[in-house]
Amino acid sequence: MTITAVPLHYSLRNLWVRRVTTLLTAGGMALVVFVFATSLMLDAGLKRTLVATGEPDNVIVSRKGSTTEVQSAVERSQAAVIAALPEVAVIGEPLASREIVMLISLAKKQSGKVSNAMIRGMEQTGVTLRRKVSLMEGRMFRPGSNEIVVGRSVRAQFAGVELGESLFFGGRQWYVVGVIDGARSGFDSEIWGDVNSLMQSFRRNAYSSIVIRLTDPQHYDTLVDRLNNDPRITLAAKREADYYAEQSAGLSRFIQILGLTLAGIFSVGAIIGATITMQAAVASRTAEIGTLRALGFQRQSILLAFLAEAVGLALLGAVVGLMLAAMMQWVEFSTTNFQSFSELAFGFELSLGIALASLAFGVAMGVAGGMVPAIRAARIGIVEALRCN
Amino acid sequence: MLIFNLLLRNVWRHKGRAALTFLGLLVATLAFGLLSTVVSAWYAGAEGASNARLITRNSISLVFPLPISHAERIRQVDGVSSLSWANWFGGIYKEPKNFFPQFAIQPESYLNAYPEYLLTEAERTDFLRDRRAVVIGRKIANSYGLKVGDNLTLKGTIYPGDWEFQVAGIYEGRQTSTDTAQLFFHWDYLNEEAKRRNLPRSQNTTGVFIVQIAEPARAAEISLQIDSLFRNSAYETLTETEKAFQLGFVAMTEAIVVAIQIVSYVVILIIMAVMANTMAMTARERTGEYATLKALGFSPQFVAGLITAESLMLAVFGGIAGAVITFPVARTFGDAMGTIFPVFEVASQTTVMQLILALIVGLVASVIPAWRASRIRIVEGLRAI
Repeated sequence: MTITAVPLHYSLRNLWVRRVTTLLTAGGMALVVFVFATSLMLDAGLKRTLVATGEPDNVIVSRKGSTTEVQSAVERSQAAVIAALPEVAVIGEPLASREIVMLISLAKKQSGKVSNAMIRGMEQTGVTLRRKVSLMEGRMFRPGSNEIVVGRSVRAQFAGVELGESLFFGGRQWYVVGVIDGARSGFDSEIWGDVNSLMQSFRRNAYSSIVIRLTDPQHYDTLVDRLNNDPRITLAAKREADYYAEQSAGLSRFIQILGLTLAGIFSVGAIIGATITMQAAVASRTAEIGTLRALGFQRQSILLAFLAEAVGLALLGAVVGLMLAAMMQWVEFSTTNFQSFSELAFGFELSLGIALASLAFGVAMGVAGGMVPAIRAARIGIVEALRCN
Repeated sequence: MLIFNLLLRNVWRHKGRAALTFLGLLVATLAFGLLSTVVSAWYAGAEGASNARLITRNSISLVFPLPISHAERIRQVDGVSSLSWANWFGGIYKEPKNFFPQFAIQPESYLNAYPEYLLTEAERTDFLRDRRAVVIGRKIANSYGLKVGDNLTLKGTIYPGDWEFQVAGIYEGRQTSTDTAQLFFHWDYLNEEAKRRNLPRSQNTTGVFIVQIAEPARAAEISLQIDSLFRNSAYETLTETEKAFQLGFVAMTEAIVVAIQIVSYVVILIIMAVMANTMAMTARERTGEYATLKALGFSPQFVAGLITAESLMLAVFGGIAGAVITFPVARTFGDAMGTIFPVFEVASQTTVMQLILALIVGLVASVIPAWRASRIRIVEGLRAI
C-alpha cells in the first residue's frame, strides 16, 4: 500500500480561498515572530557592539574586585610597575595607556532628559591601542589640552556635542575638536580626552585602569600569574574582549529573558489563533475530506495536507514578521547599560541564525496550532462525512 | 432576557472555538497586565519619592562624591529643616546576580527623613548602637532568608575587600509601594574603614545629601540657593526634588520602557487579529441565519447588534478572567525576580486598562462582520449554505 500525498497546492490554494482569515491569522503570527526576532536581534546587537570593543591582544588592568573601570582605582606607582612588565609590547616606548574613566551627566538630544555619558581620559598611546577606532571628522585631542573627541553615537544621542561646541564640567570648558567612529563598538558611545587634564579637573589622583598591548596574546597567562604573585600589586588583568563581554552580561540577560518570555506568552495567543482557523477549515470542508478519502487518499495524507496548510499559514506569518524585523536594522537603540551605568548605543543585528530560528519558531507555532485540527480531519469517517451535506 | 439567552447560546455554539478564543483573550490580557506592571515597577522609586525631600549630588555626575563638609553649609540655608546623607556602596552579596541597593547613611537623620521605613523601637535602638549593624528591607530578608542577628558579608566593588555586618533590623514598608529591597548601614563605619584601609578618595565624602524642607512649594528656590553656595567651587552641586532625581534614573533606561510599552500594545493587536478572525468566521457561517432573522422582520441594526454583543461578551469574559488571574501571576513573578524589582504590585489603573482594552478588542473585532451581516440581501443570504 502506498501513501499518496495530497498535492501541496491543494493546501496552499485553500489558504488563498480564505484570504481574510488567512491574513488575520498570519498577521497575528507575524507580530509574534517580529517580537521574537527583534529581541534576539537586539541581544545580538548588544553583544556584537561590546565584543567588538575588545581587541584580542589588549589587556585591561584594573583593581581587584571592581566590575567596571568606573569603580576601579589604580595608584600611580602601581601603574608604573604595570607599564614596565616584560609582557607589554614596546615600540619605542611601552604600548600602555593609563586611563581614567568617569561618567558625566549630559542632556539627551531628543527628550532633553539627563543621562550618563562615559568619558575616558587616555594617553596618546591609548589612541594607537584602539585599532578599529578612526577619526570621522575634525582631529584628535592634543595631549595636555582641554580638547575632547566624541563618539559617533554620543553626537547622535546627546545635545551640545557637535564639532566646535563645548561642554562645561569639572570647572573647565572642554572643546569638541573631533568625532570618532568606533566601527560600531562601545567606543561610539564614549568621549575621549587627555588623561592628565581630566584627572586634574576631576581632582582624582588615581587612574581607573591601564590598558596594555601584549607582545603576544599567548603571554596573557604569564601576565596573570605575575600579577597574582606580586605582593605590591592589588590589580587584576582581564583580556579586553572578556572585559567588554562581561559588561554586556546584565543587560543581555534582561533582554533575553524579557524578549523570550514575551514571545513565549504571545505565541500561545498565535497558536490559539491558528487552531481556531484550522478547526473552522476542517469543519467547513468535512464533505470535501470525505470525498478525498473516498478517492483513496489515506488518513495520513489528509493529516499531512492540513498540517501543511497550517505550516503554510505560519510560514507566511513568519516571513512577514521577519521582514518587519529586518527593517529594524536601521534603528539605533540607546539605553543605560546596567553594568557601567552609562549610555550605550547599539543596533538590531540580524544574522542567518536568527532568521532561521525565527522561521523555525513560526513553523513550530503552525505545527502546534494545526496538529489538533489535522488529527480531527484525519479521523473523519468517509460515510458520515459524505452524508453531512 | 430572550435575547440574552440567544447570545449565550450563540457564543457557546462552537464550544471549542469559544473556549480557545476565551483562552486567547485571557492570555493577552494577562500579558498586557504583566507588562504594565513591569513598567510601573520601573517607576516605583519615583512613585514613592517625596516632594518635601531634595537630593543634592555632585553636578558632574553621581559617580563623583561630595565632601561631607558641605553638610554644615547646606544646613544653614533658609527653609532646610533637617539634613542627612547617603552613599552608594555597590557591594556584592555572595553573587553578582543578587543585586540590591546598599547605602551608607547617617543613621538617625536618615531614618527620621524616611518614616515610611518601619522598624520596631528595639530594632532601631540596636541599629543605632552598633556601628557594624545593618538594616535590611523585608524583601531582601525574604529573598535570601535573612533574620535579625544573622551575619552578612558584602564584597565591595567600589570599596575593595570584604565587609562584615550584622543584621540589626528588618524594615517593613508603610505602604505596599514602599521599596523594601534596600540595605542601610552606618556611614561612620564606612568612613573609618576607608581610613583604616587607606582608600584616600573615599574619606569624608558622600554620594548624596538628603535635604528635608518644611515647605515643598519652596523646593525650586531652595535648590537654587544650595547650588549657588558651591558654584565655582571644586565640588559643585546639583539639587533637585527626590521625585525628579528618581525620574532621572527612569529616563536613563527610557528606551527599554518604551520598548516594553510598544510590545504590550502589540499583544493587543495580535489578539485583536485572532478575535476578529473568530467573529468573521462565525458571521460567515451564519449568513443564512441572519438572512432568516431579516426575513422575519428584524432590522439590520438588530442583526449587527447581535454580532457586536456576541463579540463583546466573549471579549469581556476573557478580559475579566485575564485581569483576575494577573494578580496571582504577578505575585509569583515578583517573587521569582526577587530584589531586582523592589516593588511589583498590580496597579488599579492596570486592571481598568485591561478591561477597557478587552472591550475595544471586542468592539473592533465585530465591526466588519456586523457591517457585512447588516447589509446581506435576504435572498442571497438564504441561498447561502
